[in-house]
Amino acid sequence: MAERIDVSIEQRGAPVQNEKPHPNTCPRCDSHYRDDELDAALWVCPHCGHHFPMSARRRIEQLADPGSFIAEAEELRSEDPLGFFDLRPYTERLAEAELKTGLGDAMVIGQASIDALPTQLAIMEFAFMGGSMGSVVGEKFARACDSALERRVPLVSVSASGGARMQEGILALMQLPKTIAAVEDLHDAGCALISVVAHPTTGGVLASFASLGDVLIAEPASLMSFAGPRVVQQTTREKLPDDFGLAESNYRLGHVDAVVPRHELRSTVSRLVRLFSDAG
Amino acid sequence: MPGEAELRLRERLSKLRSAALLRGARVSSEVERLERQLERIEHQPMGDEIWHVVELARDDDRPYTLDYVERLFEDVFRIHGDRVRADDAAIVAGLGSFDGRTVAFIGHQKGRDIKDRVRRNFGSAHPEGYRKAIRMMELADRHSIPLVTFVDTPGAYPGVAAEQHGQGGAIARCHQTMLRIGVPAVACVIGEGGSGGASAIAVADRVLMQENAIYSVISPEGCAAILWRDVEEKEKAAAAFKLDAGHSLELGAVDVVVPEPGGGAQTDHDEAARLLGEAIREALEELSGASGEELRRRRRARFRALGVFV
Repeated sequence: MAERIDVSIEQRGAPVQNEKPHPNTCPRCDSHYRDDELDAALWVCPHCGHHFPMSARRRIEQLADPGSFIAEAEELRSEDPLGFFDLRPYTERLAEAELKTGLGDAMVIGQASIDALPTQLAIMEFAFMGGSMGSVVGEKFARACDSALERRVPLVSVSASGGARMQEGILALMQLPKTIAAVEDLHDAGCALISVVAHPTTGGVLASFASLGDVLIAEPASLMSFAGPRVVQQTTREKLPDDFGLAESNYRLGHVDAVVPRHELRSTVSRLVRLFSDAG
Repeated sequence: MPGEAELRLRERLSKLRSAALLRGARVSSEVERLERQLERIEHQPMGDEIWHVVELARDDDRPYTLDYVERLFEDVFRIHGDRVRADDAAIVAGLGSFDGRTVAFIGHQKGRDIKDRVRRNFGSAHPEGYRKAIRMMELADRHSIPLVTFVDTPGAYPGVAAEQHGQGGAIARCHQTMLRIGVPAVACVIGEGGSGGASAIAVADRVLMQENAIYSVISPEGCAAILWRDVEEKEKAAAAFKLDAGHSLELGAVDVVVPEPGGGAQTDHDEAARLLGEAIREALEELSGASGEELRRRRRARFRALGVFV
């Protein structure tokens, strides 16, 4: 039998195990970067290619021609229809999210041009309450569809969302049929929806507009599943495949058209906008 | 003393009355309906009472879709399979005769005994089920047959195969198909209206909800696990997101609250079916005469109007 060794001294300086890693530390290869380094690299790890979360503002910078973006419906704010209070009031969570992101809710919409072709953008912000879809996200997406169809331009959406916003109860669920009705209006007018799926796109957003693009493009390793891996694991007690719900497995199974690294996203979207703009 | 809900309903009523001249016949029928609702909802459940509704909605003896189908429809023929890979027993669909007129029906189906429950996966559908529902909607549209749906699911099934077969996309397309069809559609929330798996077959011209049914964005257990980090807080969660019929009506997610026999639908299946049948009949009558294009336009407008913001 091995002798017991007192390890208390060695443990004293050891890092606390449950501490969250720094947001600029790559979860895949542990490389650490400054903000400006990651920003210059489009928030993709230069060492291993891991895609960090990207803010809606930075995405617009990446996708739109410089200075071309005109924001719409920025003034919309969520109400608290249920007077929802869990551990904290919903209104407090909203105010905190606005302070943190500088945005009114989890989606930014507006007109832009991509390589000089007019388009409409609808970009989700995961940092705003996990990109959850409540009344404001639903309304903004619907208005983005209307703005696109009035100008007869393609709509490019980028989704990043944990799903419907629980704090708005049944009204959050009703944003599924609402956004889908808006996509139907868009399609009836002959306009295209180019749906870009970023990490993560789950629940109500995947089960609504994000899945209904004329084409679906996913960023590498994005989780796109209706139910999250934890829920599936707990419900089924099955061992999940290593690539469960990831963009690559969704591509293999026929649920997305392409997995496109962020460095190539702009050129891919631009090509699609051109193809749709020249159609018909 | 009128409750807050009643006041809000009265406010909606007065708004509708003043708009009646502008929007014509549909509004006046809505005013009547709201007036009747108002009589019924003098009292809205709170806290513990909401949890009691959750228990009633999940009662093992509550009538399920096929209990209503066999009591309301004659000459029933059920379709099976999604024509792609499987038949999902968690969703049933078919044709039947209602008051001598052909209707199409779709519903989530829970099982009665253990074996049946497992076979029907406790009413939690896979993408195959939603594709079967889409088949039925398209068939109804093709032959101008009104559609009646019965919503009763804890939620779409969260499994590996379900995800691999495209659960999110199937649910999205099921909603989409319901927004496309040019025939009258009436949805009835008869038990658990759990999340996107429920609303996928509830995008109707008239959404009915039984008084002890629930309709919610996530299960109380799921919400408690996420927001309270403790499943045992499910009662708090249920009370917080107000998943009962009165609140669903007030928020505009449903149009009509259908009464149940005293003590709940589980006490008397025949009477529950009679009351639901009456409400379906009334809804279909209101919708008859409208063209397919008109129905589609109004249905989209109805769902596009949902949401509260400033």
